[in-house]
Amino acid sequence: MTTETLASSTRVAAPKVKSELMQQRIRAARLFLIPMLIALAVVAGWPLLRSIYFSFTDASLSNLDEAQWIGFGNYLRWTVLESGSVRWRGLLVDPAWWNAVWNTVRFAFVSVLFEAVLGMMVALVLNAEFKGRGIVRAAILIPWAIPTIVSARMWGWMLNDQFGILNDLGMRLGLLSQKVAWTATAETAMTAVLIVDIWKTTPFMALLILAGLQMIPKDIYEAAEIDGVHPVKQFFKITLPLVRPALMVAIIFRLLDALRIFDLIYVLTPNSAATKTMSVLARENLFDFDKFAYGSAMSTLLFLIIAVLTILYIWLGQVKFDGGDR
Amino acid sequence: MAAIELRNVRKSFGMVDVIKGVDLEVRKGEFMVFVGPSGCGKSTLLRLISGLEDITSGEMLFDGKLVNALAPSKRGIAMVFQSYALYPHMTVYENMAFGLTLEKGKGKEEIQRRVEKAADMLQIRQYLDRLPKQLSGGQRQRVAIGRAITRDPKVFLFDEPLSNLDAALRVATRIEIAKLHESMDHVTMIYVTHDQVEAMTLADRICVLRDGLVEQVGTPMELYERPDSIFVAGFIGSPKMNFIAGDKADKFGCATLGIRGEHMDIKADGIWEGTVIHTENLGADSYVYLDMGQEEPVVVRLDGAVSYQSGQVLKVSPQEERIHRFDAAGKPIR
Repeated sequence: MTTETLASSTRVAAPKVKSELMQQRIRAARLFLIPMLIALAVVAGWPLLRSIYFSFTDASLSNLDEAQWIGFGNYLRWTVLESGSVRWRGLLVDPAWWNAVWNTVRFAFVSVLFEAVLGMMVALVLNAEFKGRGIVRAAILIPWAIPTIVSARMWGWMLNDQFGILNDLGMRLGLLSQKVAWTATAETAMTAVLIVDIWKTTPFMALLILAGLQMIPKDIYEAAEIDGVHPVKQFFKITLPLVRPALMVAIIFRLLDALRIFDLIYVLTPNSAATKTMSVLARENLFDFDKFAYGSAMSTLLFLIIAVLTILYIWLGQVKFDGGDR
Repeated sequence: MAAIELRNVRKSFGMVDVIKGVDLEVRKGEFMVFVGPSGCGKSTLLRLISGLEDITSGEMLFDGKLVNALAPSKRGIAMVFQSYALYPHMTVYENMAFGLTLEKGKGKEEIQRRVEKAADMLQIRQYLDRLPKQLSGGQRQRVAIGRAITRDPKVFLFDEPLSNLDAALRVATRIEIAKLHESMDHVTMIYVTHDQVEAMTLADRICVLRDGLVEQVGTPMELYERPDSIFVAGFIGSPKMNFIAGDKADKFGCATLGIRGEHMDIKADGIWEGTVIHTENLGADSYVYLDMGQEEPVVVRLDGAVSYQSGQVLKVSPQEERIHRFDAAGKPIR
């Protein structure tokens, strides 16, 4: 049929020499990129390099300029005792650090998992047509719009052991036998932080997934209807594969965010070893303990851990940023 | 094979009545075309038959059985959409096999046999491993048709399947659909289009819809030769039928006189006189547009090429036996 000839005629060999227009476009693109590259270098590149540099020195807050290069000392050093045994010291053998790493990873994994599942459910509801959908869409964004400090304080009050509404409700309904200090008890502190974070960021996830859902053409669901595909199967065989690119990108945004979680934990559960994350610990060393170099080493490792996890995720999840199959 | 009967079918979306009481019978194995201007409800009517929309009131029967509340997948239908509606993440083979894999008691070999048979019919066998995005528009439409064939339906529904294709491909695919109908003579086909040429060339019978109501049902030639209203007369046939009112119509005892361009002759003793506004030479035939004091120019269709100058005054006569006479209400006087 004519289809083949039409298809082949559109395939024109790419010219080897770039046209004047093409070169002009490339020049313009570079020109537009320069301001952003400069801004990034100043606000992100320079501080990053400085932090990495300080992590190899003995800097403290009071003598930043006279910091001496000590190599990997902040990360790992050892002294041989008179008895002959070797004593390891440094960040890589610091139990507080590895506790923080474990807390962070656990927090990031659980929060992002719940946010993805709940966000998907919210997005599916918002994607359906019903009266007042616009208002619901706006209303659902409120938790995301509230500044973290405010929502942390608000939840802190709701979770309060003496006057909090959650304890009060739990007692009245007979769910709790005694009042629980949600944020102060080691066993419940992480759960409290997770609840607040999931409450706060599910709307963001839902919105990103909703954008992906709206890219799926409606007519293929009608085709599925005629094919007799059960709604549950429609979700797993059609919706999920098609929304996957958007979902993967949404997850990576949240993962990056969750791995450097600081403000919520700093406000809600200060000084709790059960929730202390890498960022919280690094700040503590940098400014509270005056171990600037040690804190810088933590920041550097935090950067490396996030980088490795993100690269692993993109590689294993085969994330495509171009919109995937469509 | 199924006969479809619609009894006083109505459909409203909120306050808007789209289908306003349609009675229609589609015979077994027939190729029925719904045609009408945009907004006449032809696509909605097809979606009611498919079951994708519920009917508001009335009865829909497949082979005498009421199907008002029956799910689309249980009606034994297959549908080809204007936008193809292929699953973008599945290969051509998976697209065609998806519906079958969900049916119980279908073995892998059976499915493969049916997909390959349909692929051979449509010459898309070499594309079975490709994704829809790797195909051209015409190939995608053939995959959509192939997916419908593998369902082995009793009723085949087409919703403007050719509108997204370019002109050359449209003609080629039209011929393929005609061949498909011949090779599947046990399948009832319903085809929606706004293009009266598609309607004329494909249909066993045409149903002309206007504003949610059936205007006329008949074979293409019945509609062409004996239109039941001015609307049908004007809609079927290309170029459009000329309508002449005033004194010229009075002389023939009607409010409006209809005459097709191909049924007029330019001759020295013509009874009407007109000034040439424009001529279109199409090679095989030519259209001459004449100003005869009517609202719209009168088109005369002539064989071969012509060379009239604009402003030239011509005399024309209608072929009397081909004249359509309409009363003031737009109904034919016979």
